[in-house]
This record gives sequence, C-alpha cells and structure tokens, in this order.
Amino acid sequence: MDLNDIIAKLPYGEPFLFVDELVHVDEEGIIGNYTFNENLDFYKGHFCGNPITPGVILTEVMAQIGLACFGIYLLGSDLNNGIAMALTSSEIQFLKPVYPKEKVTVFSDKIYFRFGKLKCAVTLKNEAGYEVCKGTLSGMIRREL
Amino acid sequence: MNREELIDALKPIIAPYTTNDDAFGKLSENTDFIHDLQINSANLVDIVLDIEEKFDIVIDNPDMERMLNVKAAIDIIESKLQMK
Repeated sequence: MDLNDIIAKLPYGEPFLFVDELVHVDEEGIIGNYTFNENLDFYKGHFCGNPITPGVILTEVMAQIGLACFGIYLLGSDLNNGIAMALTSSEIQFLKPVYPKEKVTVFSDKIYFRFGKLKCAVTLKNEAGYEVCKGTLSGMIRREL
Repeated sequence: MNREELIDALKPIIAPYTTNDDAFGKLSENTDFIHDLQINSANLVDIVLDIEEKFDIVIDNPDMERMLNVKAAIDIIESKLQMK
C-alpha cells in the first residue's frame, strides 16, 4: 500500500488530523511526522500567553500515526467500506515540552495485532532527535461491515 | 485439571480487567465476560492472550468469537489441552 493512500483512508479531518507525512511502514512498525502550526486553537489556552502542546494532543499524534495509520496498513489495501477504530488504552511518559512550530516524529513498533487489537510501543522524538514521549498504546481496529 | 481447578486458574487472569467486583466474587461457569464482569472487547483480547500463555495453547479466531463467558473459555481450554 502506498504511504499516501494510508493517510487518505484516515477518518480524521481538520481540525483534528495530526499526520503530515509517513516515511516508512512495514509489518513490524511505522514512522511518520507532524509539525505543529502555531495557529492551532488550543495554543490560545494551553497555556495563556505561554503556548505548549498539551500531552493529550501529543498522545493523539502518536495514536493517529502509530495505531490508526499502522492499523490501516496491517488491515490491507482492499479497504472499500471504511474502518472502525477506537483507542482503548494509553500509558505514556511525557519527557520534554513541545512548542508551536516544532516537528515531531512518531516511531511505532508492533507488540501484537490479534483479534482486532493493535498494541504498540510508541516513541515521539523532536527534530533534535530527543525522545519527548514514550509508552504503549492500544486500539481496536477492523473493517467496517 | 478439572473444571473447578480451571476456574481457579482463570480468576487471577480475569481479575485485572473486571470492573464489577460483585460479579467477580460470584464467578462461576455462567459468568458472562461482557455483561456480568463488564470487560470490553479490547481487554478480552488481553485475557485470551494471557490464557494462551498460562496454558501454552493457541486460540484461533473462531474460538475467540465463542469466548464470551467462563463456560466457553473452559470448554475451549479443555479441548485444547486434550489435543496436546
């Protein structure tokens, strides 16, 4: 499956699409990135006068690339009826702050994909190559019937 | 292992995922994972993976679809153990 085809199949849209580019995917893992536009709405209030990317948004970036994009690849290319997906658990450490205009890269490695549940070890790195988040994410993903 | 022993072996596997302590305390063959113990499908997958490890068996997709209550789980474990 072409990397751009995966993004086209995502069920997200503005203002909640947090995937810019996928750079690699295979049966064992996926790598992709996203750059935080400084005009994103949540920076107005998180925090007032001191914009820092919320941890829930960093988790969402990791989930959209590390579970949703990866899961679409693992389900296969003949997805015509859409996809049903849900995030079911997250255990993430937040190690460094991420500011507006920063580009982050998600590295997600499969722990297992069985009975519709995808569990991955996921790392988020900043442009300097430092880990800013790491942990495990799980979700259910299947073809819509 | 008889069926009672199998239930006892299952309890510590199920315990981390149940959200209904009352129903867990009264766990029997008739206990339903989803309705009685309020375990969601994502956690049911982890229970099944823990069962595979504990009993050194492989659960396939048709087994997984039947694995909705304690009775079905024990039936599946018993039949897999007999095949070994």
